[in-house]
Amino acid sequence: MPTRYTFGGDEHLFVECSDEMSLEAFFKSLSMANGVKESGIKGITEICPANASFQIKFDPDQIKPEDVLREVRAIEGAAERAEPVIRTRIVEIPVFYNDPWTNETLMRFRERHQEPSGTDLDYATRINGYGDVDDFVAAHSGSPWFVSMVGFVAGLPFMYQMVERQRQIQVPKYLRPRTDTPRLTVGHGGCFGCIYSVRGAGGYQMFGITPMPIFDPTQTTSYLRDFMVFFRPGDIVKFKPIDRDAYDQAVEDVDKGRFSPPVREVSFDLREFQKDITGYNTRLEGMINGH
Amino acid sequence: MAIKVLHHGLATTVQDLGRPGYFHLGIPLGGAMDRYAMRAANLLVGNDEGSAGLEAVFLGPKLEFTEDAVVAVTGADMPAKVDGVEQPGWTAFSVRAGQTLTFDFLKSGARIYIAVAGGIDVPLALGSRSTYPIGALGGYKGRPLAAGDELPVGAANGSGEARSVAEQLRRLPAAPVALRVLPGLYWDRLSDEAKLSFFADEWKVAPEADRMGYRFRGGRKLSFVEREQPFGAGSDPSNIVDSCYPYGSIQVPGGTEPIILHRDAVSGGGYFMLGTVISADMDLIGQMQPHTPTRFVEVTMDEALAARAEENTRLEALRTSLR
Repeated sequence: MPTRYTFGGDEHLFVECSDEMSLEAFFKSLSMANGVKESGIKGITEICPANASFQIKFDPDQIKPEDVLREVRAIEGAAERAEPVIRTRIVEIPVFYNDPWTNETLMRFRERHQEPSGTDLDYATRINGYGDVDDFVAAHSGSPWFVSMVGFVAGLPFMYQMVERQRQIQVPKYLRPRTDTPRLTVGHGGCFGCIYSVRGAGGYQMFGITPMPIFDPTQTTSYLRDFMVFFRPGDIVKFKPIDRDAYDQAVEDVDKGRFSPPVREVSFDLREFQKDITGYNTRLEGMINGH
Repeated sequence: MAIKVLHHGLATTVQDLGRPGYFHLGIPLGGAMDRYAMRAANLLVGNDEGSAGLEAVFLGPKLEFTEDAVVAVTGADMPAKVDGVEQPGWTAFSVRAGQTLTFDFLKSGARIYIAVAGGIDVPLALGSRSTYPIGALGGYKGRPLAAGDELPVGAANGSGEARSVAEQLRRLPAAPVALRVLPGLYWDRLSDEAKLSFFADEWKVAPEADRMGYRFRGGRKLSFVEREQPFGAGSDPSNIVDSCYPYGSIQVPGGTEPIILHRDAVSGGGYFMLGTVISADMDLIGQMQPHTPTRFVEVTMDEALAARAEENTRLEALRTSLR
């Protein structure tokens, strides 16, 4: 499908690279969004990359909408020819799956769920064809994820699982959204994973919780002192299952300023990845462990 | 100089003209919903247009001043009183040390803007003093005001002379409200019938209307062009692969109740949007009460830009008149 350009009122240009999700569409939209950023087109005030699309906010008092459109279109060709390689970082996020806090919350909102008799994990396990919850958790934490968008609310990452489409975990959202979700819940809706950066409403299925804050407006968390938002589009995430003791320890470490998430700089090449997804992911995982 | 909050009203927050530049991380622009009224209030008391003031919705706060101050209240028609004596709206007035500012009932509109000479001097957060409660960011401790709060006020730089905004430069929505919309984004997901009924029907503001978004009810349910849903989009025909949401964009989850995203918008999500309210009409939304009858009016980009130019002219006239 060709890239689609459409205006969001007189202040936004919306660019949809594909109406379906894929790593190719994500790469094209990220690369175009970066291209627009580098071009320094006057009058453009915000550039927001999303999963398979991106959005530009401009000041129509400084630049005509038709000129924004023309200049952004000109960038599309270059973005298509660009090497599908990004410099990014891989980060390991500890997750306490099947934790008491998301369990308490999902019980409170059970009448809004497709399957009121079990947990969100039970449901996701069953509809994705896994034998038991442990197998499901192994799949969820067994491959890396791309942060394909940061947003909804402050600092929340949308994550796209880096496996063949037929292996991707997919679950519908709650029938009706919850009015409460614990802060740092690891959730999933459609084909996207997320981490709730703040407590609040939500419709994604809840699988677990991470002890690692990802948004801190007070900027007192040791690794968020420079900037209050942890994630950036293009980050690669690997989940690491932890138990209650490790969770409690990590929470204490965060409080005492001793926690630092394992992060490595990496170069990601989409073509190499697609040639051997499992092998490429194993190498990525090795980098986290310092290999 | 400080202002003591004796009562918080319903939901009163510190706001300025917002926090551009962080929407790509999910942190919205924020700031006054009615930016024109906020600018006017600031200009009246000799502040920069972007100084921080208070936005109060439906019900005014009760405030005590520790020192003499020059104050102006703009936006909705909700008369201000100093120690019980009514003060004119859209006009600067004096408050003496120890006096209390209260408000009468709301007569029209939805939000008042209270500016104090010197501005509310809370710390800047990402370049703005506006309150983003979901992120506990900015404003007074990242939250709406509560009784017992003490708001610091900066040094005044105005002369304190009584100034007033001319009647023709005050702006509130007429009833019923007409909001101009540029169709676009995922407009073509709608059936031909829905494209007509959206603009033909009368809608009403629902009780769920806040700084994040305004919801509407009362029009016919919108139907969609049939399709096999793209991978990653979700099963409902109103779902799309999660994308960014423009300010002013109109999403209609399930095709039933349109929601216009406003200053504290979520930055993205998985609902299709049929178009966007033009920038010239965004301030008006902030002055709409629940149950307000509303029509959406289809416009072209040229008409949207002409409306914007008109608003810019009005703002220039306001600046000139208060210089």
